[in-house]
Amino acid sequence: MTTADSTKTPPTSPLPPFPIVLRIKRQDRPDAAPYWQTFSVPYRPNMNVTSVLQQIQSNPVTANGEKTSPVNYDAACLEEVCGSCTMIINGKVQQACSVLIDPLRAKCGNAPPPPIIIEPMSKFPVIRDLIVDRTRMFENLKRIKGWLPIDGYYHRGPGPKVDPQTQDELYDMSRCMTCGCCLEACPQFTKANTFVGAQIFSQVKYFNLHPTGQADADERLEAIMGEGGITDCGNAQNCVKVCPKDIPLLDSIGWSGRAATIHSIKKFFSK
Amino acid sequence: MSQKRVIVVGGGLAGLSAAMKLAEEEISVDLFSLVPVKRSHSVCAQGGINACNEVARQQGYSEWEHFFETIKGGDFLANQAPVLDMARQAPKVIDLLDRIGVPFNRTAEGYLALRLFGGSLFKRTHFAGATTGQQLLYALDEQCRRWEAEREGGGRITKYEFWDFLCPVRDDHGRCVGIVAQDLRTMQIRAFRGDAVIMATGGNGLIFGQSTMSVICTGSAAARCYAEGARLGNPEFVQVHPTAIPGEDKCRLMSESARGEGGRIWVPRTKGDPRPANDIPEEERDYFLERLYPTYKNIVPRDIATREIFYICEQGYGVGGEGNGQMVYLDLTERATGIKYEVLKKRLGGILEIYEKFVGVDPLLEPMKIYPAVHYSMGGLWVDFEKDTRPYEQGGGGMKEGDPKNQMTNIPGLYAVGEADYQYHGANRLGANSLLSCIFAGLFMGPCVKNYINNVKEGGGSASDVNASIYEACVKDQQKLMDKLLSADGDQNPYVIQRELGQTMSDNVTILRINKRMKQTLSLIEELKHRYQTRLGMPDGSHWSNQTLSFARSVWDMLLLSEAITKAAIARDESRGAHFKIPDEYETRSDIPLDDRAMKRDDANWLKTTLATYVNGQCELSYELVDISLAHPEKRDYGKTTDHRTLETQ
Ligand SMILES: Cc1cc2nc3c(=O)[nH]c(=O)nc-3n(C[C@H](O)[C@H](O)[C@H](O)COP(=O)(O)OP(=O)(O)OC[C@H]3O[C@@H](n4cnc5c(N)ncnc54)[C@H](O)[C@@H]3O)c2cc1C
Ligand code: SF4
Ligand code: SF4
Ligand code: FES
Repeated sequence: MTTADSTKTPPTSPLPPFPIVLRIKRQDRPDAAPYWQTFSVPYRPNMNVTSVLQQIQSNPVTANGEKTSPVNYDAACLEEVCGSCTMIINGKVQQACSVLIDPLRAKCGNAPPPPIIIEPMSKFPVIRDLIVDRTRMFENLKRIKGWLPIDGYYHRGPGPKVDPQTQDELYDMSRCMTCGCCLEACPQFTKANTFVGAQIFSQVKYFNLHPTGQADADERLEAIMGEGGITDCGNAQNCVKVCPKDIPLLDSIGWSGRAATIHSIKKFFSK
Repeated sequence: MSQKRVIVVGGGLAGLSAAMKLAEEEISVDLFSLVPVKRSHSVCAQGGINACNEVARQQGYSEWEHFFETIKGGDFLANQAPVLDMARQAPKVIDLLDRIGVPFNRTAEGYLALRLFGGSLFKRTHFAGATTGQQLLYALDEQCRRWEAEREGGGRITKYEFWDFLCPVRDDHGRCVGIVAQDLRTMQIRAFRGDAVIMATGGNGLIFGQSTMSVICTGSAAARCYAEGARLGNPEFVQVHPTAIPGEDKCRLMSESARGEGGRIWVPRTKGDPRPANDIPEEERDYFLERLYPTYKNIVPRDIATREIFYICEQGYGVGGEGNGQMVYLDLTERATGIKYEVLKKRLGGILEIYEKFVGVDPLLEPMKIYPAVHYSMGGLWVDFEKDTRPYEQGGGGMKEGDPKNQMTNIPGLYAVGEADYQYHGANRLGANSLLSCIFAGLFMGPCVKNYINNVKEGGGSASDVNASIYEACVKDQQKLMDKLLSADGDQNPYVIQRELGQTMSDNVTILRINKRMKQTLSLIEELKHRYQTRLGMPDGSHWSNQTLSFARSVWDMLLLSEAITKAAIARDESRGAHFKIPDEYETRSDIPLDDRAMKRDDANWLKTTLATYVNGQCELSYELVDISLAHPEKRDYGKTTDHRTLETQ
């Protein structure tokens, strides 16, 4: 009997145990020049990129047998929910913990798989190796007042009732893990400018949709109306393609754009 | 008089709730975390958060029931007064979370939706999809960001992210007046003054190698307090979760909500059945938890489910191996649950995604293969409480509100909260009670800490008056330690030592505990300590963003904690909750049913809290009585049938 799912099961025949080869772009300090190193790690089934980096930590030797320092990288949850381990793997910005080795190899059949290329994100300052500084994303959350302005924490009964459709919509956006993939992929977002990017447009919608968030709704819109705001978005739509949490970023961009326009018209007439 | 400040170490649910409550109480907070607080381990929590609610109440549930379930779930080892308060305040905690915008799932009419969770027959678990922890953490993070940026002019909370807590600072009177911490980028070590310090630094799963916890959960911060004289409470109690996905780097959790929503656990009735799960007909499956626990079925408490899974695999029925499989099926297919694909997809999305992503199979179409993994530290820093002596009926029986003793360790001015403390879960934590204990206690302790710092008697005044030399001396010690580590040139890689420790701890100090084997672990820990001290090698000498250095430092802390866990487990000669002791002579007797091999709970001798104190480089154990003023210990078998052997062995 064939069930629908048995076709989905990964092949059970063992892949040839070629070692895993990683080429990693390293950098010792923020102001130092980057350099490349190659590592070769014994293959084991079910590995992800993070577990390969772990192997390098416990045996920091390059493929040429030279001793080196362990590669520094961020990681915490290892299940793609904290956003820490974002890096560029084979040219695509993604989380190291959820990039599995076996599927990469399965494509190569019996030939030795090509090296896996790993680089730090390019739109944020490098701290060391694969660690980058994403402070800008958190600062932007302050800029748009990313919180609900409740009175205080003493008991006041429940919050406002929310219908399940709105909850659904809110929930989709609330899963944003501040990973930065959408910004890395965005042609408008650069180290030099102040563009806030898709993550922030989505957060504006998130807080403005909530009944309690409405108190600060106009200020949030104002925050994305000036320089670095919504009008700088070129609508290239790269962001939504790389978001690991499938956040409907285009909806958010459209929504925030319209809300900002309405807000500026209102402002114009109330002058 | 200068403004008083409180240091909160840890920005998970516990630390953030404490910080925002203190900010509201007009106290300035310095908040430290290894990672941006939004990336704290709490983000992983999936299933939900418990509280009595109006629907359950009308079905006969109450705060008392929640209290009693928690106490019984913890096999009567938790002090009862704090747990009573937690259960009583839980509905208010949910209201607050609702107000700060947690996108809880809703009913069609817009009320908060509820699900079933382990150890209860009532629906009392609130949830936001299958990413409840993430949603709670973000909402609390947002409130703290507001205090940072705007509220009352901003600056009430100051964050220090990418900082590693190194040690508490104590004044001449022994009270805690600050901390020493290290900037993980510049590697600068410096002291911070604080009128009180709150440790909200989470659990210690990394000690066991692979666990369901984040890789930053080393327990090292708590260990550093232990090394400075703070006691540990019940360190031997470690929760092994029944359902995790095995992995090379970590064991990913499959939340209890999978079972709460109808998931069923089974094994084939034929040992080593080679057929794919979906090809095995209904009558050839053994839904063993349902068979053994006709009332609670698949949602018996975790310690029990874990042991039953272990036992069925020990008998040879496990899957994922021929006669020695260690896994069982967790079945969410419509065929087993009777629930439509789309319905479960919506309610369990986040965790289904994890399985699909890491295993490559849609768990709604094919039963999952899961096995038990270390998940939660019930033990932790010992903390005190002051009882409200009014009778229960008059609102008493819990903790005295605002009393400075609540949540305080044995070091004056040093507090602990969240998974880092030991207070709320006894010998086994019930699912969805941890998020609650973290947030409840974080909020509850705000006024207690405030009262402490406003009434310090010894030494008087505030931390800003303490002699600077005290801080300087601590910084110097830490600097020396760093220099020593940086220049270590032995042959022992710190990651390798940790891996060896993890292996022995998970082999010998988890589901089954046999003194003979734990003693071997204890001597291996001694050896590892020796190797660490004499042969450590530091493969990275950098003075900039040196992760290996920080990790190497925490390896020592993990060794200290492991020693306390193992020693306390050897000493406790009974079975209770997650601590399941098999006498040495039964080590190899898998022919005897597991329950019959084990020691029984022994209230006469062991209804006691273990206290571990670090004295002259040694772990010393002592005991204190448990507060059982509200509910008397009773039998805890969740209606297990005696039907041990309906399996046909073929
Ligand atoms: C996969 C998984 C799912 C779970 N699901 C649920 C659930 O559904 N319901 C439930 O009730 N419970 C659940 N739990 C348990 C619950 O998530 C945790 O117990 C809880 O989140 C712990 O919160 P915390 O605030 O105590 O610590 P954490 O969230 O672990 O935070 C610790 C903080 O301390 C900081 N820190 C640690 N060490 C240092 C140091 N040396 N210096 C500076 N900072 C430091 C960290 O950076 C972090 O900010 C789950 C646990 C896991 C592993
Ligand atoms: S639509 Fe394009 S320009 Fe706009 S945020 Fe997305 S990637 Fe950037
Ligand atoms: S929107 Fe998506 S890609 Fe952008 S930060 Fe959030 S989770 Fe990451
Ligand atoms: S470690 Fe959290 S997303 Fe990869």
